[in-house]
Amino acid sequence: MMTTEQESVNGLNTLRFLPGRCVRCGRCWEVCPHGVFAPSERKARMVAPQRCMECGACQRNCPAGAISVDAGVGCASAMIKAALTGSKETSCGPECCR
Amino acid sequence: MNDLMTTTSVLGSRERRDHLLARLGHRRMEHRVAPGLYRLGGPDRSSPVFVSANYTLSFDALRSALHGIDAYILVLDTKGVNVWCAAGKGTFGTDELVERIEATALAERVDHRRLILPQLSAPGVAAHEVKARTGFSVEYGPVRAADLPEYLSTGATEEMRRVTFPLRDRAALIPVELRNVAYEVILAFVALFILGGIVPASIALTAVLAGAALFPILLPVLPTDDFTSKGMLLGALASMPFALYYLMTEPGWHGVVYAAGTVLLMVAVTGYLALNFTGCSTYASRTGVKGEIFRYIPSLVAMAVVGLVMIAVTVAGTMLGWF
Ligand code: SF4
Ligand code: SF4
Repeated sequence: MMTTEQESVNGLNTLRFLPGRCVRCGRCWEVCPHGVFAPSERKARMVAPQRCMECGACQRNCPAGAISVDAGVGCASAMIKAALTGSKETSCGPECCR
Repeated sequence: MNDLMTTTSVLGSRERRDHLLARLGHRRMEHRVAPGLYRLGGPDRSSPVFVSANYTLSFDALRSALHGIDAYILVLDTKGVNVWCAAGKGTFGTDELVERIEATALAERVDHRRLILPQLSAPGVAAHEVKARTGFSVEYGPVRAADLPEYLSTGATEEMRRVTFPLRDRAALIPVELRNVAYEVILAFVALFILGGIVPASIALTAVLAGAALFPILLPVLPTDDFTSKGMLLGALASMPFALYYLMTEPGWHGVVYAAGTVLLMVAVTGYLALNFTGCSTYASRTGVKGEIFRYIPSLVAMAVVGLVMIAVTVAGTMLGWF
């Protein structure tokens, strides 16, 4: 018999959460800069997926593999440059703003 | 490399000058500190260990926030890039941290096994892997180094964990934004001045200033949802004085064409610059930005082309006596 894991997705970005795997270690709400996760009684809870900027911090620090996100930089400048130069990788360069 | 370096929490005129140049975008990649382990004050075997990037702005923000605290600072080699961007690239990452812990013999200098990292380094560092490979537990401190004293005494508040984008931070980005387009703007200004005089030259300058300087300031108050539409709105507003000028000074349909062409061009340029500001913001996601590119780039290009052709044909036609 097949088991299906319950998965939370959202239509705005690539953030996915598998509550079944969560061990409530607290890392995701520690690292998220936009308060996307919050503690609930026995699991983490995805409270505001629409605020996710796909930084990847939660995924990288979740020891249980309960979170997946297609992490990357939300920078039009880098994406347009990558598209124009045919480069696969979009990343910040020396002319970046930070 | 096993040496221990020494630093202070006091920033002087040299640091202020370096920060100013970094903000102005001067030699962006050369504001570096040597990677390695630093002592701040008189740390002992139980003093906290903070981890930072080897970008002067990051390192200096950390050490000046730790005024009066005896600590170690472990500086990673992030190639002179700030914490957030280096974490995104992976240079502020698990491997670099593990290697730096080993290279500096940190485990022999302190009795505890606790590291405090900036929260914004989390995209690059897997805390559980660092623990498994070195025995050190990673604790993510506040987003802003300035909150560290409060964090150390009372722990993290919800506010310390959130990234914001206040006016101060947005304004600090303006010099770099302007520098990135400076070359094109000067070229356009001179060319337009020669071809058409001060008004077309000012139009180009205004469109760019609106997109690169006014836009970051007005970002939260512009009433639409995404970056590009906010920029287009701002471009339309900025074009109004010029449109009025043409309507009032050029008789008949010429004035209408110049006015309409100016609006189209300014909306396109300012909208494009606004779209390019996404990466500088603290909240744009890749999916969101991709969506904006597909939604707006075709119309921005179309507006620019139509505006340019309208004006060029009218100017050329008038000079050649077609109309
Ligand atoms: S990091 Fe993973 S395991 Fe830990 S609370 Fe969040 S979802 Fe659960
Ligand atoms: S990817 Fe970043 S912004 Fe999105 S939920 Fe995870 S930590 Fe938060």
